[in-house]
Amino acid sequence: MRVIGRRLVFYLITALAAITVNFFIPRLMPGNPVEAILARLQGQITPGTIKSLETQFGVRTSEGLFGQYLHYLNNILHGNLGISTSYYPSTVNSVIKGALPWTLGLVGVATVISFTLGTLLGVLVAWRRGSWLDNALPAMTFFQAAPYFFIAFLALELFSTRLGWFPSGRAYNQLDFPAFNVSFAGDVLSHAVLPALTIVVCSAAGWIVGMRNVMVTTMDEDYVLVAQAKGLGKRRVVWYAARNAILPSVSGFSLAIGFVVSGALLTEIVFSYPGVGWILLQAVNNRDYPLLQGIFLIITFAVLAANLVADFVYVLLDPRTRQEA
Amino acid sequence: MSATADLGTGSAGGAPGSTGTPEAAALAIVPGRARSVRFPRSPKIIIGLAMLGFFLILAIAGPWIAPYSPGASVSTTNGVPQPPSAAHWLGTTQLQQDVFSQLLAGGRSMLLVAFLAGTVATVLSVVIGVTAGFLSGLTDDLLSMLANFFLVLPALPLLIVIFGFLPSSGGSNDVLIGLIIAITGWAWGARVLRAQTLSLRNRDYVDSARLAGESNWRIIGYEILPNLTPIVASSFLFTVLYAVGTYTAMAFLGLVNPQHWSWGTMLFWAQSANAEISGYWWWYLPPGLAVAFLGTALALLNFGIDEFINPRLRAAGLTHKRVKKYATGEVPRRFTIGLTPVVELREGERP
Repeated sequence: MRVIGRRLVFYLITALAAITVNFFIPRLMPGNPVEAILARLQGQITPGTIKSLETQFGVRTSEGLFGQYLHYLNNILHGNLGISTSYYPSTVNSVIKGALPWTLGLVGVATVISFTLGTLLGVLVAWRRGSWLDNALPAMTFFQAAPYFFIAFLALELFSTRLGWFPSGRAYNQLDFPAFNVSFAGDVLSHAVLPALTIVVCSAAGWIVGMRNVMVTTMDEDYVLVAQAKGLGKRRVVWYAARNAILPSVSGFSLAIGFVVSGALLTEIVFSYPGVGWILLQAVNNRDYPLLQGIFLIITFAVLAANLVADFVYVLLDPRTRQEA
Repeated sequence: MSATADLGTGSAGGAPGSTGTPEAAALAIVPGRARSVRFPRSPKIIIGLAMLGFFLILAIAGPWIAPYSPGASVSTTNGVPQPPSAAHWLGTTQLQQDVFSQLLAGGRSMLLVAFLAGTVATVLSVVIGVTAGFLSGLTDDLLSMLANFFLVLPALPLLIVIFGFLPSSGGSNDVLIGLIIAITGWAWGARVLRAQTLSLRNRDYVDSARLAGESNWRIIGYEILPNLTPIVASSFLFTVLYAVGTYTAMAFLGLVNPQHWSWGTMLFWAQSANAEISGYWWWYLPPGLAVAFLGTALALLNFGIDEFINPRLRAAGLTHKRVKKYATGEVPRRFTIGLTPVVELREGERP
């Protein structure tokens, strides 16, 4: 368990560092952050905006930089991320709280599907090495290399505008009243299909290639040869190899999750999906800096939490990590 | 930490063995051959290089051969985007700008940012990764921690915050954009390079160099770095690929000055006019495909290098036909010696 403990400490330090970065970025830019923001807002200033910005950045207080920093830390520890300027007088917290479930649902489900599907396909491609499946690898790089939002454009054009199979945006029909019943659930599902499909198509390629590469190496190991020599069935042998080959995929999760989340945010924007990505765009367009920074922190924390879970799974899967500590 | 230091891509821990192999030694015996470096010639690398070359030419010549100015309204018909025609090969935008011209003009900024970010990030990752791997102890711990911090931090939201606070004049400066992207993109390479340096550090030839009294910098520069070349190349391509995606995303979000033409900016304008719902495919398809193919070129090259580092990943050598041909001696085995001249030349031989 020492491994997990050490990772936990690392994530805590990372979270603190992220908060610190968040604190200093606006202060590193030339001039007073409030004035800089007001200059960019160009006329859309309300007294509320000025007040919330001043509270946010600790301007007009007698505190020094360090005092401001402590103040900021204290606010975040109490879950206070400031007041949104574009949704004034809503707090950043309440704005994010409204959007987070949509993103967590969409990204969570899509990531699980993509990881499972990608890993299985990776095993298949490695198993059938030298067959036509290998030619599919370069084609997959296309999906991996294409920006998420471009694939989202294509999905919209094809399945929504041309074929009319799925709605073109939002999380549910505007006329529909959110309720816990079957018709609403169906509505939400049909709205989620295209965004989820986009995320799966774009992120699965990475898992496929990663799993295939490790699997190919694992299939050459001695114990796989022994298993074959003992006359075990091909499926059984592949299963033994796959169990070992999946470890780097799990530990590579930390690299991937950041990409997937970033891509998912852009996907949401294309589909007007009311998740964190969508309010991120609103925050960018309205120059709502408190909201922007709040979203950055929340996403960072979510990614760190996902990493911690991946670490837990890794320790469960690989007994060696338990022994080492 | 060490338990999770492996990477999923297989390029990191895979097989560092392309260096000290007998093939390399065999080649070195042939006099005068040691300097002639033969690049790996897999179809992936050739296709990738060809595509990349095409995009480079496009980036250099594009803005000059563009028939119209990318921002100019070329016709005054109406406010509806016109589909492709003889006059406008890729149609027009809502403001009647020529999409083909925008596509040609937008490549330069994209490649400039991508390659600048890739170069800066690679230099950073080599310096930090190799230093961390070679000097163990506290230096290593601190540098690894820094790299891991940048790895787990979701880059896109961080970049959005940085770009959001940037004064508007910075939003159209390619160099500045490239530098900012580089800051968030070096960590992956540093981690891979550190892992590989750790493995090289205790090889016999490094030990003997140390015993011969060579300085740390000489050992790093002449013994370790040459053997890291394929990994450095791979991480460079990876970072360029990352920069392409990131720059497109930033421009798509409108965080780069929308009058600063790049493929991402085109997508930004297309998105803000709802081109994807209205069926104006000629507006968003060309820039999207351009980004995707540029990315594919880089990824193909990266695959090729991965296969070169770890030959077991290669599919071609293993088809039954090829195996049979090898067995009967029909095809002479040809060893590809890669990007690195492996054998250290004697003092007198160095030009």
